[in-house]
This record gives sequence, structure tokens and C-alpha cells, in this order.
Amino acid sequence: MAVQTKLELQGVTHRFAEAGGQGVLALDDISLNIAPGRFLCLLGPSGCGKSTIFNIAAGLLRPTAGTVRIDGEDVTGSIGMVGYMLQKDLLLPWRTVLDNVILGIELKGVPRRDARERALPLLRRYGLGGFEHRHPQALSGGMRQRAALLRTLLCDTEIVLLDEPFGALDAQTRARMQEWLLALWSDFHKTVIFVTHDVEEAVYLSDEIVVMTPRPGRVKAHLAVDLPRPRARQVVSEPAFSRLREQCVALLENGDTAPDDAASADASAAA
Amino acid sequence: MTAPRLTPKRRRQLPAQRRWPGWALGLWRAGLLLAVLGLWQGGVALGVIDGFFWSSPSKIAASFAVYLTHGDALTDIGYTFRSTLIGFVLGTGIGSAIGLSFWWSPNYAAVAQPYLVAFESMPKLALAPLIILIFGLGIASKVAIAVALTVVVSCLTTFSGVRAIDQDGERLFYSLGASRWQVFQKYVMPGVLPWVISILRVNIGLALTGAVVGEFISAEHGLGRAILYAGETYDVALVWSGVLLLSALSFAMYIAVSWLERLLVKGVTHGVAV
Repeated sequence: MAVQTKLELQGVTHRFAEAGGQGVLALDDISLNIAPGRFLCLLGPSGCGKSTIFNIAAGLLRPTAGTVRIDGEDVTGSIGMVGYMLQKDLLLPWRTVLDNVILGIELKGVPRRDARERALPLLRRYGLGGFEHRHPQALSGGMRQRAALLRTLLCDTEIVLLDEPFGALDAQTRARMQEWLLALWSDFHKTVIFVTHDVEEAVYLSDEIVVMTPRPGRVKAHLAVDLPRPRARQVVSEPAFSRLREQCVALLENGDTAPDDAASADASAAA
Repeated sequence: MTAPRLTPKRRRQLPAQRRWPGWALGLWRAGLLLAVLGLWQGGVALGVIDGFFWSSPSKIAASFAVYLTHGDALTDIGYTFRSTLIGFVLGTGIGSAIGLSFWWSPNYAAVAQPYLVAFESMPKLALAPLIILIFGLGIASKVAIAVALTVVVSCLTTFSGVRAIDQDGERLFYSLGASRWQVFQKYVMPGVLPWVISILRVNIGLALTGAVVGEFISAEHGLGRAILYAGETYDVALVWSGVLLLSALSFAMYIAVSWLERLLVKGVTHGVAV
């Protein structure tokens, strides 16, 4: 039996056009496979093209070369095939929290009333109870990210791309959100690709870590995270966890990484 | 060597200002009005102010009463109100629609923009005689001038709103598989609405100006016509009466639009400042 592949990037290369020049090579021959239901982290400093990969996988950007396949089918340049959560929560201020969360299903043609019925119990279950009919301005940063994540998870796609969703949160909220995300992930059985530059976050959350180097973005290493699930917070103090963390930090530091990027990776690893 | 000490010569305290209570403010306001009117009336009585050109409060009051009870005041108010309101709605509506349409094609927007700016910088009231020739003496020409004054401002403001739309939001919609029309309907239109709301108050004043200028040039009714007619016959008290009514009309419409604005802002943006 062949190994199942949910999402596959094959030889994806992207060059951003630049007036008069050759253009900037953002991604250089990226190939990635992710099996169904896995949690994969893209780890790398800023400027390594993580967001560009997501834009290509979400169909928002056509790669200069290479293909995107979902379940073996070529979907390069097709939108609406994956759930994509951008760095900003982008909740619409004129919609209630509930109506923000149903946006994805609504856009797929489900009548609002049905969509609301489907979403309401989930909001209650996943920590937004009591805020369903409030507007996003009434929510804290963590709650806003929860709403944005639920919106992404609810849109009936099996693959979810999360672009540094917790980057702007304080450390405590971030830790709570990570646990919350893992609970959600095991409930929804989605295939997740998660972008972060925080080594600890990557090791804590994922099954696989893809370490990237910047300018141009290249895959440097593909590591398996063999820590048992469900993972308690205490896992961070286990030797296996520290070993993986050291390994990632070393990969990020050595060679191609610019000094400032390495410093920030260090800082986030220490955090 | 010691560093010079930068102590102030005098110790200062936070300046304190006592606010007057509401009734005192009201009293002062009323008193000021009475004082001006009294000085005016007295000046005319003493011959310091020329009563023929400046008229006097008592004569204005008498003329005002006659204009309201025996004159065409109500017809005139209705006429001016109607042309203002139609011009306001059309100008704001058409202008906003054009501004929104620029979202669909940046090329089309880029082609249209210099013309918009040219039309905006043109003194549109200078077109009034031409508009009267084209649209005739009736209400249509007054509405047209009011539209000419409001349409470009609405269009440019709405276009600014379109340009201020967060591109990431559009990307979110597209990543969810939205169509262009869905993005327009569910993201661009609600996002630009606060900008449209913000021009309502400006536009109601501009529309009134347009309507009155139209009446100045040529009309059968309207407060503008009444004022012009009174001026031509040296009935200065009637000019003042017309101006007072016009101010009252303007004030009432301004209040109504402000109220509408508050209502819309509450319903649309939920307290988000634009």
C-alpha cells in the first residue's frame, strides 16, 4: 500500500517580479508531502517564504513553477480548496462573532440560518459561549484568534493552513491557545500546516517540522516529532523535547541564517 | 564642574478651569443674542444704523409674520426642501455608486481619476446658468445643481474608502473560495459604508446651497427666489426673513441627517472609528 498523501507541493518555485531586474527568488524548488490528519510546522525566520508557500497552497498566488496537489489532484491556482488563517484575525467588525465564524460556509452557499445552527454549538463548546451575538470589538486578543480559527476550521476543507496565528499574543494566552488548538485538531481530524518562527511552539504542536532557510526559501530539514499524544505542558521538560529543540535551533542558526534572524529564533526558543 | 540645575523659577500648578453650569451657559447665550438684537434696534432708532439698508429686528419680525401667514413661505420652504432632498439623495447615491464601481477595475479607476479631480476642482456653481438652460426653469434644474455639487465629493470619498479596504480581507475571502461578487457584496460594500455615512452631513449642506443658487438664477418658487425678489425690491426685512427660514431649514435638515448618521453608525460599524 502506498503512503497516503493529503497535500503535496512539488518543485514549487516562485520569483517575485521586480521592475527592471531579474526578480526576487522567494521560493526555490520546495517539495513537501503531508499525510492526512498530520500536524506539520513550517519553521523558519522571517523572509524564508513561509507566507508565500501558503499563498500558493491556497491558490492566491500562482507559482512560477511547480504544482500543488490535493489527494493527488492538481489544484494549482484553485481557491477555496484549503482553509487559510492569515496572521491578522480579519474578523469583520460589522458582523457578530457567530456571523464571522460562519463566513466560510456562507460563502459556499449554505443559507445563513443553517450555517448559524451548525456553528452555534461549536462556539459554545470551544470557549466563545456568551459572545456569539457580540461584535468582535468586545473580544480579547485570544478570543479573536479563537473566532478566526473556528471560522477556518468550519469551512469544510480538510486542510488548514495557519500562518503564525498566535504571534501577537502574550505568552500565557499563547500557551492556552496552543492547548486549545491541539484539542480542536484532534476533534476535527484536519490536516494542519502551521507556520511559526517559535521553535518551542513548533516542537510542542507538531508531528513533523520542516525547517526552512531564507532568501531564497529552501527546505533545510524535515524532522519527525516522536512525542506521545495527547501532550501535556510538562512535555517541554522531557529530554526528547529538549533534544529536538536544540536540533531545530542548530539548524536555524548554522550557515544561511542572517544574524538578526538567528537572534530572534534564539530568543523565542528561550521564551 | 556641576551640571546647571534646571529648576523653574516659579513652581507651577496645573491650570484649573471652572466649568460653568448649564443654566449659566444658557443665560449667557440668550443674553448675547438679546444684546445684539437690542443694540441693532437701538442703533436704528438713534439713527446710528441705516434702517433702510440694515432693517431692524422689529421690522423683520413683522415681515416674518406676514410672510409666514399671508405669503408663500410654506410653498417656498416645500419647494426648496424638495429640490434639496432629491439632489442630496441622487448626488450621494450616484456618487457613491461610481466610487464603489472603481473597486471592480483599477484600470478603469485610473482612467477616470484625472477627470474626477478636474471636475472636483471646477467651481461647479459656475455651471449653474448652463444647467438651467438644459434642465429648464422647474425643479429639475435645482436638483441638477444640487447633484453637481454633491456627486463628485461623494464619489471621491467613496473611492478613498475603496482604496482603504484591507487587501488581506479580500485574500481571506478568496481563500474561502468567494466569487468577486461575494467579495464586493459582503466585504467591500459594508467596509465602505462608514465612508459614505461620513459624507452625508457635508452633502446636505452642499445640496441646499445648490438648490438655492438654482433658485437665485431663475425659479417660480423657493426660498432662494423669495430672497432674491425681496432684495431686488429693496424689502430688506423680507430678505432677512427668507434667510432666517433658510437657516432654520438647513438646521433642521442637518439635525435630521446627524440623527440618521448616528443611527447608521450604530447599526453598521458598532463603534469602530473610520
